Amino acid sequence: MTPADAVIGALTVVFAGLGAFFFLVGTLGLLRLPDFFSRTHAATKCDTVGAGSLLLALALYNGLDADSLKIIAIAGLVLLTSPTSGHALARAAFRTGLVPWRKERAGEEAS
Amino acid sequence: MSGFLWGVAIFLLVNAFLCLWRAYAGPTVVDRVLSVNIVGTKTLVVLVLLSFVFERSLYIDVAFVYGLLNFIVTLAASRFLETGRLRGDWS
Repeated sequence: MTPADAVIGALTVVFAGLGAFFFLVGTLGLLRLPDFFSRTHAATKCDTVGAGSLLLALALYNGLDADSLKIIAIAGLVLLTSPTSGHALARAAFRTGLVPWRKERAGEEAS
Repeated sequence: MSGFLWGVAIFLLVNAFLCLWRAYAGPTVVDRVLSVNIVGTKTLVVLVLLSFVFERSLYIDVAFVYGLLNFIVTLAASRFLETGRLRGDWS
């Protein structure tokens, strides 16, 4: 095992761990946040970063190859399509009359 | 390294099953569509991970098609929710 292999393995583990952490944060946001708009904020953002980071880690682990190019293309696809679909869903929800959630404040007019 | 990739894949699958609870109990329809979209993204990453575990590069192409279908499904569902139909102009 040469030092370059060790560096690439360490980078793979770091990026994969970061991606898994972001996926966990997205799942927590999807389960715990109070209304649809905050949930779509948390879920799509964290899923975009998590999938991009994990796919980058796998492309690093694979080395310079045609499969690596395909994985980078999938990462670009996710980075393009995940915010677009989240925006389309939030737009549909807002146009059909879903009211965004506001925090109730005691003894104060909601501005 | 294969064990590590197995671990990440199992972690993502547990996350995906937790997301399915929102698809079951979500108060609105858009919550359910968003949850299915998120599960689809996680499945895409799991497919690429499993292509390394089983050493079959065919799964990468399957993941690509999965991502494209996921995008189309979410756009079609949101358009249907907004306008009530799938074909024709937006008016």
